Amino acid sequence: MSFIEYGDTIKEGDTAVVFLGHESMFPVKVQNGGKTQTKYGVIRHSTDLIGKPYGSKVTCSKGGWVYILHPTPELWTLNLPHRTQILYSTDISLITMMLELKPGSIVCESGTGSGSLSHAIIRTIAPTGHLYTVEFHQQRAEKAIEEFREHKVDHLVTVKNQDVCKNGFGVTDVADAVFLDIPSPWEAIGHAKSALKHEGGRICSFSPCIEQVQRTCLALEEHGFTEINTSEILLRVYNVRTISLQIPDLGKAAEDNASATAFDRGSPSNQDAASPQAGTVQFKSSVPLREMVGHTGYLTFATKSLF
Amino acid sequence: MDGGARRVIREGDWAVLKRNEVFKAVPVARRRKIIFEKQWFYLDNAIGQIYGTTFEVTGGGNLQPKKRVEETATEAKEAGTDTDNRNIVDDGKSQKLTHDDIKALKDKGIKGQEIVQQLIENSTTFRDKTEFAQDKYIKKKKKKYEAIITIVKPSTRILSTMYYAREPGKINYLRYDTLAQMLTWGNVHAGNKMIVMETCAGLVLGAVMERMGGYGSIINMYPGGGPVRAATNCFGFPDSFFQMLYEFPLSKVESVLSGTFSLKALPSESEDSMALAEDSNGSGDDKQQLTQDADMESSAVMESNQPEEQEAADLPTEGEAFDNNKAKGTAHDKEKKQEEKRKKFVETAALLKDKNADGLIIASRFHPVPLLLSLLEFVAPSRPFVVYCQHKEPLVECYTKLREKGGVINLKLSETWLRSYQVLPDRSHPKLMMSGGGGYLLTGITVTNEFVKIGEETDQAASEPTSKKRKLEEHC
Repeated sequence: MSFIEYGDTIKEGDTAVVFLGHESMFPVKVQNGGKTQTKYGVIRHSTDLIGKPYGSKVTCSKGGWVYILHPTPELWTLNLPHRTQILYSTDISLITMMLELKPGSIVCESGTGSGSLSHAIIRTIAPTGHLYTVEFHQQRAEKAIEEFREHKVDHLVTVKNQDVCKNGFGVTDVADAVFLDIPSPWEAIGHAKSALKHEGGRICSFSPCIEQVQRTCLALEEHGFTEINTSEILLRVYNVRTISLQIPDLGKAAEDNASATAFDRGSPSNQDAASPQAGTVQFKSSVPLREMVGHTGYLTFATKSLF
Repeated sequence: MDGGARRVIREGDWAVLKRNEVFKAVPVARRRKIIFEKQWFYLDNAIGQIYGTTFEVTGGGNLQPKKRVEETATEAKEAGTDTDNRNIVDDGKSQKLTHDDIKALKDKGIKGQEIVQQLIENSTTFRDKTEFAQDKYIKKKKKKYEAIITIVKPSTRILSTMYYAREPGKINYLRYDTLAQMLTWGNVHAGNKMIVMETCAGLVLGAVMERMGGYGSIINMYPGGGPVRAATNCFGFPDSFFQMLYEFPLSKVESVLSGTFSLKALPSESEDSMALAEDSNGSGDDKQQLTQDADMESSAVMESNQPEEQEAADLPTEGEAFDNNKAKGTAHDKEKKQEEKRKKFVETAALLKDKNADGLIIASRFHPVPLLLSLLEFVAPSRPFVVYCQHKEPLVECYTKLREKGGVINLKLSETWLRSYQVLPDRSHPKLMMSGGGGYLLTGITVTNEFVKIGEETDQAASEPTSKKRKLEEHC
């Protein structure tokens, strides 16, 4: 396995994802003789994991079972150890497309943070692209390097421990795209411009506050970027449920009541609903979550053009 | 791969014209008249220039590369001393130039920039306007009179934005941010073996091809006589990208699944469908789609009331430009081609039979339930799948059916909202208009499906924390 190449069976050294149920999973490093505790009991790596195909159901010592999944940047994002606030896949998706990332792209990123976006970028630009990522916090930079090595993608990424606002990305005229997720992105726009290829490229800056966006847009304009565009993307997740609504008693005869349910014949789910109680109508519905993420950050995109 | 050659606009390329926020994909050819945003011109002068260059349309339809101008000093900063509009009255007489005057200026071939200047000078209220209002006035006039076109390299970003704005009916109203989610949740990357079933004019296929960069393989499922690839062609992919592309008719899926698919049954039938695919290049299918969309689309066009119908019809349908390139070769050539196609067809069936695809992407005008239930059989365990639908209800049904059938986890029904902002000093706010809907997605991950026993199912329900949680939620 690796984050950039699917493998069929679980091997020693792999990072696998233990799936216990919706929104309940965690990553494990597969090691000969290793053991992992779950609420369903222990998983013994040598016998329960190594050699088994990804996607298998594994029975734990207490009789419960879990699924073992192949790692992907998306699963990693949901499970990685947070060292900072991270970007989630909804924003990452838009960033990846709007920066026009694809195999072979050269990308500059700062800060590396917890590496959530880094993994997604590396997946997309492999096998011929490269990511230059800059993190001014030494411990975080070191941790990121370690993770990239563990995930067998270190050949596609260079981590630099420096301040991007002062020292830039350490490369010039190479990048197809630049991504900034730092507190004062406007101070790094000049460095971003010189990191981008001479003939141009795309840039994106992520900021939670509109004042940051304001200053960034001004800096982008000053440096001659075009197509400056700010947007925000929100994910709405729906739960699928069977809902039953009671038929009100308006004092009609019982027979009439029975026929009252007939008005829902159109919905097929109503027919296979198990023994609907008298006087109720059942239907499948998709319900928005009671609470959702209302704001992550503004995404400002721009193009460095030729002239 | 992204060497110098890629930067230069060359004859035979597909390029995208951009004026303000409007895009149009065109094949680059000499002496070919292009109509874009009520203007006509030739691309001859653009050939040899670098992608991203901005051009000005000059007399005779020539394009002239435009240098960046220092924001012209037209903005006579004599904004109204009263900082409001209490004394500005709309008497309809503030512009001293008449309609005919303006037309005369245009006919004389005067530069757009100068027309704007004249309009400002002849506006009696311009000076009384606030600085912001002056800005806005100039911007509006520039947009109308300055004919500036940028030629850019096609990409998923540009083509999906273009299709959503111009021909949403052709791509089942799949908004670009939704497409972005699909590529991510499908973990589309180099080296994958993907199955793509789409009726989005080949846009989704093109997006997947771009992300795979020619590494791996894609099996493009198609209904009817052949796949529609009008949008795919606009990407201008190198030939090598098409070597990894396989296609397979939906109508043969069941026979592959049941194991009755055989080569013997193939030749006569495939010849028919192949011939159809080749001759009409699948336009039969497209027509069918067009009529389906017609009612929706005509109303949409009328609503937007934009003079773009004629341009919309100009969008490459069914690889126009490519028809010409198609060899009108001898019978021998044709036979050889047939043989090659048959060979690839057999290869494709073999690829499917392995049932080890790395992902499935569905975005079509068909009901997703039967597509999903059948095509998922070809996907290996622990792989993501993504189903797009313009409507939510069919995906609710997919969700229910998949839960019954098993073999999938982490099912998620979702939608994204996209909101654009105007960011200007002291005038930042969300844009007035936003898209009402860009469709819905159902995503999930395949797992090994053990033969489902009735008893086990209840067991499953008991041990999966989700169901407990759901029950709880249903009560509150």
